[in-house]
Order: sequence, then structure tokens, then C-alpha cells
Amino acid sequence: MTIAESQPVPIAPSMTYRDVLAEPASADQLPSEEEVLADGLAVRRLSAWYASFRALRDVSLLISPRHVTAIMGPSGCGKSTLIRCLNRMHEVAPKARASGEVLLKGENIYSPGADVVQVRRRIGMVFQRPNPFPTMSIFDNVAAGLRLHSAFLRRSAVVEIVERSLRQAALWDEVKEKLNQPATQLSGGQQQRLCIARALAVEPEVLLMDEPCSALDPVATLKIEDLMRELARELTIVIVTHNMQQAARVSDYTAVMMMDEDRAGQLIEFGNTSQVFTTPKDKRTEDYITGRFG
Amino acid sequence: MTRTIFDQQLTEIQEEMLLLATMVDSAIERSVTALKERDVELARRVISDDARINRKRYDIEESCLEVIARQQPLASDLRAIVSVLYIIVDLERMADHAEGIARIAVMLADEPPLKPYIDIPRMAEICRRMLIASLDAFKDRNSDRARAVCNEDDEVDALYDQVYRELITYMVNDPKTIERATHLTWVAHNLERIADRVTNICERVVYLVEGKISELNVSTY
Repeated sequence: MTIAESQPVPIAPSMTYRDVLAEPASADQLPSEEEVLADGLAVRRLSAWYASFRALRDVSLLISPRHVTAIMGPSGCGKSTLIRCLNRMHEVAPKARASGEVLLKGENIYSPGADVVQVRRRIGMVFQRPNPFPTMSIFDNVAAGLRLHSAFLRRSAVVEIVERSLRQAALWDEVKEKLNQPATQLSGGQQQRLCIARALAVEPEVLLMDEPCSALDPVATLKIEDLMRELARELTIVIVTHNMQQAARVSDYTAVMMMDEDRAGQLIEFGNTSQVFTTPKDKRTEDYITGRFG
Repeated sequence: MTRTIFDQQLTEIQEEMLLLATMVDSAIERSVTALKERDVELARRVISDDARINRKRYDIEESCLEVIARQQPLASDLRAIVSVLYIIVDLERMADHAEGIARIAVMLADEPPLKPYIDIPRMAEICRRMLIASLDAFKDRNSDRARAVCNEDDEVDALYDQVYRELITYMVNDPKTIERATHLTWVAHNLERIADRVTNICERVVYLVEGKISELNVSTY
């Protein structure tokens, strides 16, 4: 075929030149307080203690709805404490307490009338190590949370929700033939996706992920990252990670934390992920992400 | 400081880029001297040296890619590497312009001189001053200095305009000068392009220091 015969191939068929021009410069774009109060998670002057040790100092943060927000920082800077405060898991630890506000769609989850069980249903959590219930089947693992939150569901409804959750967690095709087998038979990456499916089954609005890939190999890690991007179409995701490349790959916004002189965790920078990784505003962020700190 | 090897690689890459700039500066200087002095030997050396400049550019590019792949630079480190990647392309193209001047020097060496060279060496001098200043701004991470360098481009543009008009006058008055005068407009054009490429370097310095990509000086040509 000669050049004249060949059809011209559009370079970017889905995008016209006009679209390119119309795209807003987003490098400095931040979540607006209005949208976060309406639909996201707003953290206001949050402090947390373990007995007399203050682990967090006055953290304020706007977590944008249907985006991925990464929380980064060196070991001991309070990242996990912060994320555990976001669904009132922090207070489960002995002598732990928190002050300040966390507003889910404008409502403070720490207000006296707040129902902790409901809070944890609406704000789900996935942990560092995959923790499926070892004696339960794959199916029962996903259904476990459902049974806790809505005890009167019909079997057919449960089956439907389990399938939907496993599909959402990109695990369905791998497990649909063996739903009754023990969850412990799955690989580490599959177990973590099972835990994500379990969290999704109760239809949370926010998903908190505390180092969800630190126990996984690179392939399983990339699968979870893809999944996070997919889930962020419908869910608000907060991920704690000390893997900087992961934060850079997966998040829309990045929060950087660091210990202050009293070893309490502080938020030192928050911004659009591209901005934080190319042009950090705080010198400590620069030192941390370029590996010249700690 | 916890990344000794990485820091060393970053420093080396930047030093290699400055070395490349020195080679390019020398090519500009020698090409215009060869033209002025009608030194064919020198002009031929500038032409043959261009291959070394090209090779150096590719070596630096490879080092940058290796550091990106193996060290995942971020923040100012990433901006430094990306800036180097762009600057070496501009430097290499400047050397091509110098080579172009050297080729014309060879062609014009056998012809009777059209006029004494004043404005062309002056253009070359400003270009070299701009080039060195832009790389000083890079070394010192000084974006104000980079912006100041860009303003000098107007001076080069004005000289180019002057040389161009003057050569047109020669051509109009005496058609026998057309070939020589055309060659000299190419020389002036090459120098004008070199100055434009220095402004590209300055833009990279501003990006390196401030993280902002912006066009600093839109040349008249």
C-alpha cells in the first residue's frame, strides 16, 4: 500500500484540538470547601492522643469526593493515626482519644449523637495485611459485613451483592468457580482484593486504605492501584502509603505529614499530586520526596 | 544527605551539560573567526567537531534516562533532569547553526570579501555572552538572571535586522553580490537562531527554579 492509499490516522481520535485548548490548567487546583462539605470528607483541627502522647496536632484537610487522596510521610509521622481517626477506628486502641471534627458530607462523625457502627459502614477501611476471616469461605467473607449491617437480607439479595462487590474489586472472574472454598487459599493480592470486596459490600461512601499494597508483589500492587482508580469514579478514597511512587501513580491529591518537635504528626503540605511531586512548596516535602531526609 | 550515588550522578550530568555548552560556545566562536579570517582549516575543524558534540548530547541523554529509570527523581531533581534533557537539544542545535556558519566560511573563503565584518562578529559576541550567562543562571538556580538574559535577544534581533537590510542593499545595487550576500544573511540568520535557543535555555532555568513553564521572549523572527 502506498502512502496515498493509506487512510490518515487521527492522532488522538477522542480529543479535538479545541478540547486540548479547553482543558483547564489543573496543576494548582485544590478541592473546594463547598464540594467537600457537600459530598466529601472535611477534617478540621484534628488532634489525637495515645494516653498522654499526642500523635496528631491540629490537622485540617479537605478530602475531595470521588478522588484519591494520598497521605504520605516518614515512619511515625501519624499517617495511620490520621486515617484511623477518619472512621473512628483510632478510639478502639486503649487510652486513645481524638479532638476536632471530621465532617462526612457536612456531618461531624465525632458529634455525640453519631452512630459509630454507621460511621464505619459509610467509611470503610482496608488494612496493610490482607485479613480475610480464615475460617470462612470466599463468599462468606464478602457477606460477613452485610450480615452485620443488614441482618434481614434475603439470600438472593446477598448473592447479588457478593457478586457485585467481587466484580467491583476485580476479583469475580478469578473466584466465581470457587466461592465456597476457604479465603485463605487465595494469593496475597487476591486476599487483599477480597478484603476490598468485603468493604465494598456494605456500600461505603469513603474507602480508607492503610498501606494496602505493602505486603503485595509488584503485579498485585498494580492491580490494586488500577482498582483504586476505577473505584474512585464512585467512591472517595484515602490511601496511606510510604511508597512515594505509588502515591504519585494513584492519587489526585497528596497530603504530606511530618513530626513536629514534640513528635506529634502535622500536615505540612497538601496539594494536587502533580504539583507536590514536581514543585513541592515546603522545603521539608522536597527533602522527603527527593530522599534527602530521614 | 542520604543519596550519595544519586547526588553524584545528578552533579555529573549537569557538569557534562556545562561541558557540552563549552564545546558549543567554542564552535560558535571558531565558526565566526573562520569566516572573518577566511580560515578554511579552522572552519573544517568546526564542521568535523560537530560529530563530537552530537555524540556528547546523546551520552548525556542516556545518562538522564538511566537516572530516571533507576533513581526515580522527583521535585527539583526531576526538574533538573528534565531541564537538562531539553537544554542539551538546544545546545546541539546551536552547534548545528555554528556548523552552518563554518560551511559558509568555507564557501566564501575563495570569494572576494563583500564588506568588513562588524555586525556579524558583534552578533556572535552577544550570542556567546547570552549563552554563558544562561548557563550561569542554571548553575546558580537564578531565574531572575535567566529572565534578564532573554531581554538581550532583542539586541540580536535588531542587529540581524540591520545586517539583513544592509545585505539587501548590496544585492539591489550589484547583482553580482547576490550569492555572497545571501550566504551572509544565512550566517546572520544562524546567529539569530542561536540567540533564540538561548532563550529556550532561560525558559528551562525558570522552570527549574520556579516550576513554571512559560515563554519568556517571543523573537521577532
